[in-house]
Amino acid sequence: MGTVPSALKHCLSYQHLLKEQLWIGEPAASPPAAPHPGQESQASGLPEYIKIVEVGPRDGLQNEKVIVPTDVKIELINRLSKTGLPAIEVTSFVSSKWVPQMADHKEVMRGIERHPGVQYPVLTPNLQGFHSAIAAGATEVSVFGAASEAFSKMNINCSIEESIEKFEEVAKSARNMNIPVRGYVSCALGCPYEGNVIPAKVAEVSKRLYSMGCYEISLGDTIGVGTPGSMKRMLEAVMKEIPLSALAVHCHDTYGQALANILTAIQMGITVVDSSVAGLGGCPYAKGATGNVATEDVIYMLNGLGINTGVDLYKVMEAGNFICTALNKTTNSKVARASFSTGTTN
Amino acid sequence: AFPKRVKVVEVGPRDGLQNEKNVVPTPVKISLINMLSETGLQVIEATSFVSPKWVPQMADHTEVMQGINKVPGISYPVLTPNLKGFQAAVAAGAKEVSIFGAASELFTKKNINCSIEESLERFDEVMTAARAANIPVRGYVSCVLGCPYEGKISPAKVAEVSKKMYSMGCYEISLGDTIGIGTPGSMKEMLTAVMKEVPVGALAVHCHDTYGQALANILVALQMGVSVVDASVAGLGGCPYAQGASGNVATEDLVYMLNGLGIHTGVDLQKLMDTGTFICNSLNRRTNSKVSQACCRL
Repeated sequence: MGTVPSALKHCLSYQHLLKEQLWIGEPAASPPAAPHPGQESQASGLPEYIKIVEVGPRDGLQNEKVIVPTDVKIELINRLSKTGLPAIEVTSFVSSKWVPQMADHKEVMRGIERHPGVQYPVLTPNLQGFHSAIAAGATEVSVFGAASEAFSKMNINCSIEESIEKFEEVAKSARNMNIPVRGYVSCALGCPYEGNVIPAKVAEVSKRLYSMGCYEISLGDTIGVGTPGSMKRMLEAVMKEIPLSALAVHCHDTYGQALANILTAIQMGITVVDSSVAGLGGCPYAKGATGNVATEDVIYMLNGLGINTGVDLYKVMEAGNFICTALNKTTNSKVARASFSTGTTN
Repeated sequence: AFPKRVKVVEVGPRDGLQNEKNVVPTPVKISLINMLSETGLQVIEATSFVSPKWVPQMADHTEVMQGINKVPGISYPVLTPNLKGFQAAVAAGAKEVSIFGAASELFTKKNINCSIEESLERFDEVMTAARAANIPVRGYVSCVLGCPYEGKISPAKVAEVSKKMYSMGCYEISLGDTIGIGTPGSMKEMLTAVMKEVPVGALAVHCHDTYGQALANILVALQMGVSVVDASVAGLGGCPYAQGASGNVATEDLVYMLNGLGIHTGVDLQKLMDTGTFICNSLNRRTNSKVSQACCRL
């Protein structure tokens, strides 16, 4: 710009700016009764509805250094339950020796409000974790595979094949109890140990998880190295094996590529996107780098595309503000950062 | 289908530094531009011939212009808000200039205290002089996806201003999402309107990352055939309208994405990151580039 005006005090407030834009409308009261994943927006070729899976309380907090007190976790989840988010990953039934942040999994599971229409999946790495989760009241679980042998070995000390066998036990018990299981595939676009990961491998692992009964496969760019190019190639391979409606993308923003990658995925028909409020969760493989993409930034983009999510952006920003205050950190969401600083502040 | 090649226009030394709080000493600016000249970038916006009263950061425009290595094959455009600035720029050795219009009346009024129409009349003088001196002129249109004063901006208005500037003789029109508020939806809508009036080969996008949307917006622009993208090394330059928020998209993050798409830029990402490290150290600030953050733990 030619000059630097002392613009701040004359600007529209962020509320005005955001409310006024067509794409930041009030969300629909609830998501469509039966969202049709194949249904496209008239002119744009994009889905009409996208399900956001909020992973902040689990994936996010798990990768935050500061241990969050149980009551703060519960408060965060309760606030997220009021935003319209259809799925909130609550905690992980993993040994507290491995993941101290998730040591209070039972208390969290039992302590949260359960809003009708909202799913509260939990991670269950094995049968023991699964039983513990069910005893604590879980009604949906997730299992984590990886498309990289090295990652599998370093992360859970067994081969991909061995991990699949463990998950099959979980899937079997879950089936008997009518508990849905979500499958994650880590390192879908690259591995911190192996480097390049071939799309065929991602397709193969995804297929194993899907065949054992996972209702949805979330493809994770664990270290955020993917770009729209690699995202497209990977999805093309996976889509040969798994129906589009059963796929989700879980993008990390470590290299700033997350939204571009998510856009690519939804252009290809993906209708489920994982994200983390305030972009909680750093990257354990690149110190100081960011991890999860921020839910606020994803919703902002989807709103701008005229895609319904059922989520109230302001309420998510408020929940993000709450947890960042509790964690004494700045938000990783650019939308939140811009909104809480533009013109007049609240 | 994506373009096979994209021209990256580096605006860090001008748009970036202009929006940084700390005034950067002239030798540092010159080193920055010289380092950028080694990265493979073909266009580096060097400075702005605007009154130092308005933009103290650019007060050393003549020294910078005269002090940098002008590498053959690289263009070093400078901003020239009026005829006086243009003449000073040419005297200092500039071979390409840029002029700034806006798609918002209120923004123009607040920014340069006149209407859009009046601003274009002022630029006409620059265009005439530039034509006579055989100096190419790049035109910027600000607020193409939203205005901090007016709010919503109609794509038709952006198309109208772009057309005028193109007709006046600007060889390229850079469409700027000045407050970063745009999304792939509004980017598509705006480009559709503009592309009816200006050939896509003469269009560039200048996206701000204030709401984290820049790369997604750029992706859509590329999908629509735009092959010139502005960016700022290390994501230099905050947003004057949202205190503490970010501004320009980081060149490193852009190049990373283009590399991943197999699009040729000619830019060496490592050298670019090193340049970003240099200027961030000089400014005593953290980089805004996520690629740099991930690679170099900056």
